[in-house]
Amino acid sequence: MSEKKSLGKVFYNGIIPENPTFRLVLGTCPTLAVTTSALNGLGMGAAATFVLVCSNIAISLLRKFIPDQVRIPAFIVVICTFVTMVQLLMQAFVPSLYESLGIFIPLIVVNCIILARAEAFASKNAPLASAADGLGMGVGFTLALTLMGSIRELIGSGSVFGLSVLGESYEPMILIVLASGGFLTFGLLLGVFNLIVKKIEKKKALKEVQAA
Amino acid sequence: MSLRISTAPHMHNPLTTQRLMQYVCIALLPTAAAGVYYFGMPALTLLLVSMASAVAAEFLWQKIARQPVRIGDCSALVTGLILGLNLPASAPWWIAMIGSAFAILIVKQLFGGLGDNFLNPALAARAVLLASWPAHMASSAFVKLSFYRAGLDTLSSATPLASAAAPEYPYSLLQLFLGQTPGAIGEVCKVAILLGFLFLLLTGTIQWRIPVVMVGSVFVWTLLLGTKMLDASLNTALTAVLSGGVLFGAVFMATDYVTSPITPFAQTVYAFLIGLIIVVIRKFGIYPEGVTYAILLMNIATPLLDRFLPQKIYGHLKKEAK
Repeated sequence: MSEKKSLGKVFYNGIIPENPTFRLVLGTCPTLAVTTSALNGLGMGAAATFVLVCSNIAISLLRKFIPDQVRIPAFIVVICTFVTMVQLLMQAFVPSLYESLGIFIPLIVVNCIILARAEAFASKNAPLASAADGLGMGVGFTLALTLMGSIRELIGSGSVFGLSVLGESYEPMILIVLASGGFLTFGLLLGVFNLIVKKIEKKKALKEVQAA
Repeated sequence: MSLRISTAPHMHNPLTTQRLMQYVCIALLPTAAAGVYYFGMPALTLLLVSMASAVAAEFLWQKIARQPVRIGDCSALVTGLILGLNLPASAPWWIAMIGSAFAILIVKQLFGGLGDNFLNPALAARAVLLASWPAHMASSAFVKLSFYRAGLDTLSSATPLASAAAPEYPYSLLQLFLGQTPGAIGEVCKVAILLGFLFLLLTGTIQWRIPVVMVGSVFVWTLLLGTKMLDASLNTALTAVLSGGVLFGAVFMATDYVTSPITPFAQTVYAFLIGLIIVVIRKFGIYPEGVTYAILLMNIATPLLDRFLPQKIYGHLKKEAK
């Protein structure tokens, strides 16, 4: 962490190399619980992204004032503030999404991605870099949740974003939208993601060897 | 040339995986034949589809993963056959196909292939199918058996145990024993299952312990607790043993080498607990039948039983009490 990374790199870091869902395996509770449809996944991701960016900026600005001993309660208070804002906004403007996400919106407070980024990044870096980190992590989380939601909705209800894709004759595999299907899909996607990252790293290593 | 280095004792067992799996296949033949006799062509089609897709899934996986292709060891064939026998004859063919693919690809190969799967592939696939397409797999599916030979009135139950509404139990013990009841293709004919059991015992493919203890445990617990609508009695206990998938599960599924414990004592505990869970699910659960879940639960507990129950270590003498 000693050398300064460019903002673009910090942003990209959250999407593939340290994707919060598939690489860091953080925030799995909302991941498993709300991804029964693509829209739910997208909504949850967007809410978490908003909180992540705002709390990262706020905590980064306050990092010199927060005493080390009480930093976790201080972070939580900052995060709570933004979560409450998101909750009220969603209740006012997207009531149906608010209904279907239910308890998982207030639970963003204890989403470990947000606390982890506050602790690991925002409390040590400047506001601009922290914002980029929050946005990258948030987008990575949103992409992961939307991907999982789409897959589960497609197999479990035959539609994506509420639009019927597979037609009337398709008999949906109900298991996939149940809890056990969440674990199954998550496990399989983790495996696929690991495979892809391994392939990318292998290629990179090969290129470096050829360059040298 | 490959040199194998291993510790003594150096003994060679002529029973290969392939031979054992062939024995299991042969032992399943009477059950499959009885199923086809009772349920007709649809049962045969289902069995063939599930076997073919299990073998095809294994072949494709091993090709794609660049592993040596081992479909010759017949283990995929056995998985497919057992899964097929676990389906109701009215199930559509694609259920058998998806089930077999799930069993082989996800339950078996993703965990490392034969010997490393922590669940019985056929049973896990059946549980997945049951949760995914209840309309085709659960009780209501059995009503559709209009081609059913025994000439029964419509009876909406996966196992005769579920006919709670009937004031009197609709089947005699003899009917249960011969298989003149609704049920999954392989579980109805108890005579055929016992023939298979005998064959497996005589060829040394399985030991008597797990099946006997498991069936005994179901018997004893039903004798003590009764079932949902029948009081505890000797007749009820016999009915419970002969109903549903208890015998089929005991002989062909609980005895899977990979997912059952190794030491005799652990095997006894394993089988006893399976019996207990079956009776608890039947008596208190919302499902009429619990053999699948009972065996799967104890599959998960198998490593625990193997590791933590006392065992005799070879060459280790018991210390004298001081």
